[in-house]
Amino acid sequence: MALELPENVVVSKLDELANWCRKNSLWPMPFATACCGIELMATGAAKHDLARFGAEVFRFSPRQCDLMIVAGRVVMKMLPVLQRIWLQMHEPKWCISMGACASTGGVFDTYAVVQGIDRFLPVDMYVPGCPPRPEQLIQAIIDLQDKIQREGTITGREFSTVERQLRKRALVESADLLTVDASRNPNIQRAMSDRSAIRRIQTS
Amino acid sequence: MPSTPPLTADTSDILRLLTERFGALETSLFRDQTRIVVPEFKSLEVLAFLKDSGFDMLVDLTCVDYLEYRDALRRYGLVYLLASTLTNQRLTLRVFVDDPVMNPHAVLSDGPEAADKPMPTVRSAVPLWAAANWLEREVWDLFGVRFLGHPDLRRLVMPDAFTAHPLRKDYPLQGRGERHNFPVLTREDG
Repeated sequence: MALELPENVVVSKLDELANWCRKNSLWPMPFATACCGIELMATGAAKHDLARFGAEVFRFSPRQCDLMIVAGRVVMKMLPVLQRIWLQMHEPKWCISMGACASTGGVFDTYAVVQGIDRFLPVDMYVPGCPPRPEQLIQAIIDLQDKIQREGTITGREFSTVERQLRKRALVESADLLTVDASRNPNIQRAMSDRSAIRRIQTS
Repeated sequence: MPSTPPLTADTSDILRLLTERFGALETSLFRDQTRIVVPEFKSLEVLAFLKDSGFDMLVDLTCVDYLEYRDALRRYGLVYLLASTLTNQRLTLRVFVDDPVMNPHAVLSDGPEAADKPMPTVRSAVPLWAAANWLEREVWDLFGVRFLGHPDLRRLVMPDAFTAHPLRKDYPLQGRGERHNFPVLTREDG
């Protein structure tokens, strides 16, 4: 039975509608500890105008945010605070690791500085640079929007760690498939049994 | 407002008073700065005397680890920078201490410490200058020099659970793994 739809009705998936809403209203939590924070402020200011991407509403309460931007080095004493703020944010939430220090510790390879926040927190986007230009941060937000639109589900299935990590590992080790004995590597075997991972390897 | 006298390198008057009171002290002059070396058992008396003689301001209190430093005889050198707000004179006081072991040249490893591990100790200057409170906490935190009589000798900059004293020369620059010792949050944790 054919159903006549009026012209002003669009049919879509609920997931896509949710993703479209979420990606265009990212509210950042500025966790700015160093010079990257200055670039973060510049990104939000009039010249670079983060409002063009719907992400200008910086809130200093984690309860009101869904995008944490870690801008600057994180020291040992600060990491428990960072983790606590991350846990206080409502889901769905994302994290951008901005700059060399937040991503790897940067030049601060010392006893007090955490060597990359992704050791202790889930990170969605890394921004290289020391500090990165506002354009780079904007690019990361655009990429994150793209990722939310592609992967997002209304129930948050994409945040399941096992699935995500398996896909990540498969991507990394696909480069080694030609040089190592794949039948002896349990990680590759596991990745091979995952259909989506194999599709990714084939298309890349 | 009374005008401040010009900054002077001439500290001969206070040196003369110190010598009359405490006998000969090791002094030197480096780039217009007078330095006095005081043995640990006299340090608090000398500091109190200097405070009464007009050096009313403790500018800084810090420490140097001379482990494997050429010609160094003792390991830790405490530095007291004093100033007189009345005469605009400045004075540097040095107090050298060692790790409490029989042989002063032996190196005590700065391993995972027991709470009762013997530490180099000097007397606290907090009764003289309140400014010494946090400065001594910092020296304790980073060098492991204890201050006897300090009202609240906790760590100042490192986390409370930290066990080492990281500015000691035998502490590795990249630490002993403390920076990796945190719980890992995943998406499942919320």
